[in-house]
Amino acid sequence: MTDGTRRIVIEPVTRIEGHGKVVILLDEKNRVRQARLHVVEFRGFERFIQGRPYWEIPVIVQRLCGICPVSHHLASAKAMDRIVGGEKLTPTAEKVRRLMHYGQIFQSHALHFFHLASPDLLFGFDADPAVRNVIGVAAKHPDLAVQAIMMRKYGQEIIGATAGKKIHGTGAIPGGVNKNLSVAERDALLKDLDKNIEWSRGALKIAKELTLSNLEKLAPFGAFDSNHLSLVREDGALDLYDGKIRAIDSAGKKILDQVDSQEYAEHIAEEVRSWSYMKFPFIKSLGPAAGWYRVGPLARMNTCDSIDTPEAEAARREFKGVTSGKTNNITMAYHWARMVELVHAIEKIRDLLNDRDLQGTDLVVKGPRREEGVGLLEAPRGTLFHHYRVDRNDQVVMANLIVSTTNNNEAMNRAVQKVAQDSIDGKPEITEGLLNSIEVAIRAYDPCLSCATHALGQMALIVELYDSKNRLVATRTR
Amino acid sequence: MHKVKDRVLVIGYGNPGRLDDGLGPALAAALEAEGIPGITVETRYQLSIEDAAAVAEHDCVIFADAARTGPEPFALERIAPAGPASFSSHAVKPEAILALAEGSFGSTTKGYVLAVRGYSFDAFGESLSEKARKNLDSAIRFMREKLQDGGWNP
Repeated sequence: MTDGTRRIVIEPVTRIEGHGKVVILLDEKNRVRQARLHVVEFRGFERFIQGRPYWEIPVIVQRLCGICPVSHHLASAKAMDRIVGGEKLTPTAEKVRRLMHYGQIFQSHALHFFHLASPDLLFGFDADPAVRNVIGVAAKHPDLAVQAIMMRKYGQEIIGATAGKKIHGTGAIPGGVNKNLSVAERDALLKDLDKNIEWSRGALKIAKELTLSNLEKLAPFGAFDSNHLSLVREDGALDLYDGKIRAIDSAGKKILDQVDSQEYAEHIAEEVRSWSYMKFPFIKSLGPAAGWYRVGPLARMNTCDSIDTPEAEAARREFKGVTSGKTNNITMAYHWARMVELVHAIEKIRDLLNDRDLQGTDLVVKGPRREEGVGLLEAPRGTLFHHYRVDRNDQVVMANLIVSTTNNNEAMNRAVQKVAQDSIDGKPEITEGLLNSIEVAIRAYDPCLSCATHALGQMALIVELYDSKNRLVATRTR
Repeated sequence: MHKVKDRVLVIGYGNPGRLDDGLGPALAAALEAEGIPGITVETRYQLSIEDAAAVAEHDCVIFADAARTGPEPFALERIAPAGPASFSSHAVKPEAILALAEGSFGSTTKGYVLAVRGYSFDAFGESLSEKARKNLDSAIRFMREKLQDGGWNP
């Protein structure tokens, strides 16, 4: 604490994994000098899996996150494909994995939009939090709440059918999958497909209309120029399961393109900062100050040249039209971008369910054994990196995971700084408006703030206010 | 005249990779292994909004979770529908699940929380602490008694 500086602490006391707090430093005129988001990321997981046999990893890593275990399951399986020399999967194995992944994207995006984004967009940032939530949506728009529940359920059923069960699945194994999709499982999923397609179209329409009708307010909210990074296909198209790394700057100029995932460490590094447990990834050639980037739906809309499903491609073109085809740096556009991907995911699910390869029986391939493997994919929240080394006894001796939330670390900090600067005006107070703005800005990135444990007895949000002498003068909880 | 039995759902939730946070799933696994007729048992890492659909299909639901504080070996509490939902999409409270079930499906499902006291949460590991294991055994005995004959008699 420096002399003459006031400190405001906003601390969600949630779970061990994702304990986060916002610390705002004010100057002597009570204007924001610095704002930081601290996410207490639990780094012990990488050590936890060292010494384990490599084939256990795709199952164990699901315990990293209760909300997107499939992403960790598949990213680690992709890395282990390299270990067993089985990275060129059979058509059945790749399509079963893709179906699992699109099911995960679908349920995660639907959950985020209806649970977190739609209350903010439907009721406004300033609405009472007691109303501005999914329960409020259920009360005012019961049809939307039911759709959210049923879409999430549908995605979970896809995961259950492809991964073996809805949680802690075992479907992806090194070099392939351990089951195909039976005709009965396929037919059960096809039965509910059409209404999920309809609901997805509706969600996209809501996201687009709410964004466009409030663009004047949304465009500057938590907004800033940034680089963007994601995987893309060789032809530049969006590919959420596989591809090569592309990064562009805020004007759309390519920084990296067609970088093989196995070579990520030559281009991406992680900076450690003393005040945060969570690292700050950056593009090496630009350095930490200029090389940070955003990942996730907004980044993916910016990096890709096209989408290979028709309705999502039409939606992408509309999305790009808002910024006249240029890079979109509007933080609140994440929500619209997420719904473009929701439509893409259900289109992919439709195509895959009608593909007879899913009933194939050639499930696993193996080739020359390796001791190192990297698996990348586009998780719902952004690019996910899994990197392992395995010794000759088949034990994992090194693991490095860069999760989507870590990739967005700098961006979330910038967003918090921006809304704090816009909200605090000469009074050292945590107003309802400030709290709401910080919530909304962080939520745009859908970070993993409360991932791994959630035992009863903890409050969701605590707000503490310190005066210039570092004395606690006010506390609020939410 | 026979009383129509309640349709009972037990959801045990938590992360078995985080020591005592695995109490809920461990309780669910034990009840599932007993195969009590008429009782639906589900396991979750965390509650999520789609659980409202399953809740609405039952007459009563018992949410079994680890508790960082509170009575030993466990506590059973009747809960009422309530919001709001949480700060992130990553955790939804049992009361909010009931509220969603009510608001979305007109559900009148009775809700209970079974809070099994745990002690170790701050590391990765797939085992329960000794004290938590004893609390779990007590909770299993309690649930077995209350769920006998396929009904819920708290």
